[in-house]
Amino acid sequence: MERQNPILEVRRGTKRFPGVLALDDVSFELKPGEVHALVGENGAGKSTLIKVLTGLYSPDGGEILYDGEEVRFGSPGESQAAGISTIYQEVNLIPLLSVAQNVFLGREPRNRLGLMDVPRMNREAGEILSRYGIEADVTAPLNTLSLGLQQMVAIARAVSIEARVVIMDEPTSSLEAREVETLFGVIRQLRGDGIGVLYVSHRMEELYEICDSVTVLRDGQMVHSGPLADLSRLELVSLMLGRELDEVREGGATSFGEAERETGREPILEAKNLTRHTVLHGISVDVKPGEILGFAGLLGAGRTETAKAIFGADPVDSGSVKVGGKKIRSGSPASAIKAGVAFLPEDRKSEGIIPDLSVRENIVAAALPKLSRAGLVSDKAQDEVVERFMKDLDIKASGPDQPVRELSGGNQQKVLLARWLCMNPRVLILDEPTRSIDVGAKAEIQKLVDSLAHDGLGVVFISSELEEVVEGSDRAVALKDGSVVGMLSGDEVNEGRLMALLAEGGSSDEAAESREGADER
Amino acid sequence: MSGRAAGAERSFEWSTIAPWLRDRGVYVAFAVMVVFNLIFTENFASLITLYNLLIQVTPVLLCSLGLALVIGTEGIDLSVGSIMALSSAAVPLYLGYGWPAALAIALLVGAFAGAINGSLVAFAGIQPIIATLAMLVAGRGLAQIFTNGQLLTVTDPTVLALGQARPFGIPAPVIVAVVAVLVVAFLMKRTTFGRYVLAIGGNRSASYLSGHPVRRTLLAVYIISGLLAAVAGIVATARLSASDPSNIGLLIELSAITAVVVGGTPLTGGRVRLAGTVMGALLMQLILTTFISNNLPFTVAQVLTAGIILVAVYVQKGRGAA
Repeated sequence: MERQNPILEVRRGTKRFPGVLALDDVSFELKPGEVHALVGENGAGKSTLIKVLTGLYSPDGGEILYDGEEVRFGSPGESQAAGISTIYQEVNLIPLLSVAQNVFLGREPRNRLGLMDVPRMNREAGEILSRYGIEADVTAPLNTLSLGLQQMVAIARAVSIEARVVIMDEPTSSLEAREVETLFGVIRQLRGDGIGVLYVSHRMEELYEICDSVTVLRDGQMVHSGPLADLSRLELVSLMLGRELDEVREGGATSFGEAERETGREPILEAKNLTRHTVLHGISVDVKPGEILGFAGLLGAGRTETAKAIFGADPVDSGSVKVGGKKIRSGSPASAIKAGVAFLPEDRKSEGIIPDLSVRENIVAAALPKLSRAGLVSDKAQDEVVERFMKDLDIKASGPDQPVRELSGGNQQKVLLARWLCMNPRVLILDEPTRSIDVGAKAEIQKLVDSLAHDGLGVVFISSELEEVVEGSDRAVALKDGSVVGMLSGDEVNEGRLMALLAEGGSSDEAAESREGADER
Repeated sequence: MSGRAAGAERSFEWSTIAPWLRDRGVYVAFAVMVVFNLIFTENFASLITLYNLLIQVTPVLLCSLGLALVIGTEGIDLSVGSIMALSSAAVPLYLGYGWPAALAIALLVGAFAGAINGSLVAFAGIQPIIATLAMLVAGRGLAQIFTNGQLLTVTDPTVLALGQARPFGIPAPVIVAVVAVLVVAFLMKRTTFGRYVLAIGGNRSASYLSGHPVRRTLLAVYIISGLLAAVAGIVATARLSASDPSNIGLLIELSAITAVVVGGTPLTGGRVRLAGTVMGALLMQLILTTFISNNLPFTVAQVLTAGIILVAVYVQKGRGAA
């Protein structure tokens, strides 16, 4: 294995952007039949490296060797034709075409008349999917599948194109545990076939389960490359962070404090019987001031949908939401905001940031009515708020005028948090606040949430990392298929009990299964 | 080795040039046209030429200001020319009640047509291009029905003054245009409304989730566009001393959209360049007058305009490609 020639190699790769050295003399090798983890905080240079490998960027220095020969890909198309397939975080397929058409996009089988041979395409697509243990109706339009299944289709498409290298950029970020297992099955099969897999992920468990070796990037430099088994998790985290081991251990797995908080007796937020056809089935939750209420659940359990229903962003068929005892109008975020509710959406890019606007304008987006009189914005009041929150949250930007799209994921998330915190909210709903941001920013946000609860805010905390829910929450709600299947508080909140609830809670297995099946259609 | 270096260098240069060209290109092009005229056009460097240029550009400029806001929300308003015709038709019809009533009704007609556009877009969820296309067709038809398809002369001195008077030596349409630019600039720079426009165009979901009044803002944007088109219609009527619904504002939407795009406002919304829009309108008008005053074929002017539009759209795409 050691002697084997690498299928893909970067030697002293360098990429410069105005003012930034995104890749600084980075070298690494990917061998055939190897699953190679690429890790690092946001801004470490992972995306840049991938873009250089796939031909989206041309390197400013160094060389790329593919199968022992120096190559220069001018476009992603060229690298793909050479046998490098890339699966991006966001599914890059065509929603309205059928699953089979997506698998064969651009290389559809033809019949004698030169027309698309649909029966053959469907048959072959079915074979490809089932070879990797993916169950889906190949004739259904792609957008009727769950996000997870769409991702699997993207992977099936990528590996069916005679790939010799497969690059996966956080492939599991929208997958359920069950789907992750299927994906790992696919990856093991790829490894067996002698394909080199470059695997980018933030999730430690996954890395250790599936990867053979690891390359750690930090600030555009390669800080470590070698077999993964030689590194403990703690060592890996410390390499990524560039912090001393003791420091990491002291912080625990997450940065939520241990101390008990004073929580009020009367709930600040009460949602009763929220119901929306096929999505939510009579959900009731309440949050007290100074309390962190965790939402646990698998993908599609209705966590985001519940949060949006509470915030008034999604319509409900029935049910009510009260803040501080007063009912708020359903279907109107503006009314929820006025009552003191803040909502940090899960999808930062499509629902959070306004990319072309500056950091300043993004921070004050929700507070505009407060910072203006008779419709005129007060520059002074606005700049005070922006300055304070950029400092308090340690937002790294060249200044308040920098367009927010140029910031790293973690800093964008802080800008969004600032947008809500400057409203002095009474209830803060956080939907996956630490998702796909780097370890450092993650810890900062966890600490911040903790201190906000200390200050008496009621916090709803949604996370797909059970560990985070357990360490962060005073109480945890387990959601499954749009219903509450359990509520844990105090010492009961632990991973074992939550998992048991998510696995077995609620309706009988049969009913749950049939509903799951229906959701996937 | 050298090939690669050159390639890298070129892509680096393009990534700096594209945004620069997008933001400043219209000024450069305008300067080039001015220099060309100074050399080749007789009597170009005179106040009369300048005023003529400004007077001629006023209707396009007024429409393009409204369009800049609409385009800022990722919308489009094809109906500005027809709204000009509608408001123009209203002037002679209501002059019997005095000039204030006639002008007020002309403005109201524009605002009302804009409100219909805005309601279709904001509340009925109809795509802006379709909603305003309907108004483009219906508006001019209605204007012709109101006037029986005839040209109606206007003789009221106050109305005519709006197109022909020269207080302090400055032509009245120029004053109207300057006031409109200042008002729209104030709206965009200083008010929450301006922020909402940019936020909606930049990311509508994010804007909605931040509690912005998305629908009300969209409605207001189309009403403003209708109002400005009505002002343009009144000025055009006053210049012409007549209301001519068949011709007033005909195809002006294309010039106005061109001015906005050439001025650096992307059709994808989220950014509005008002100074660029003004410059874009001036540039288009200058190209036209240059060709006319030098007796060059009009078709060449059209080809040049098309070329400028392509360059403008291309440099706006530059950011993603580079």
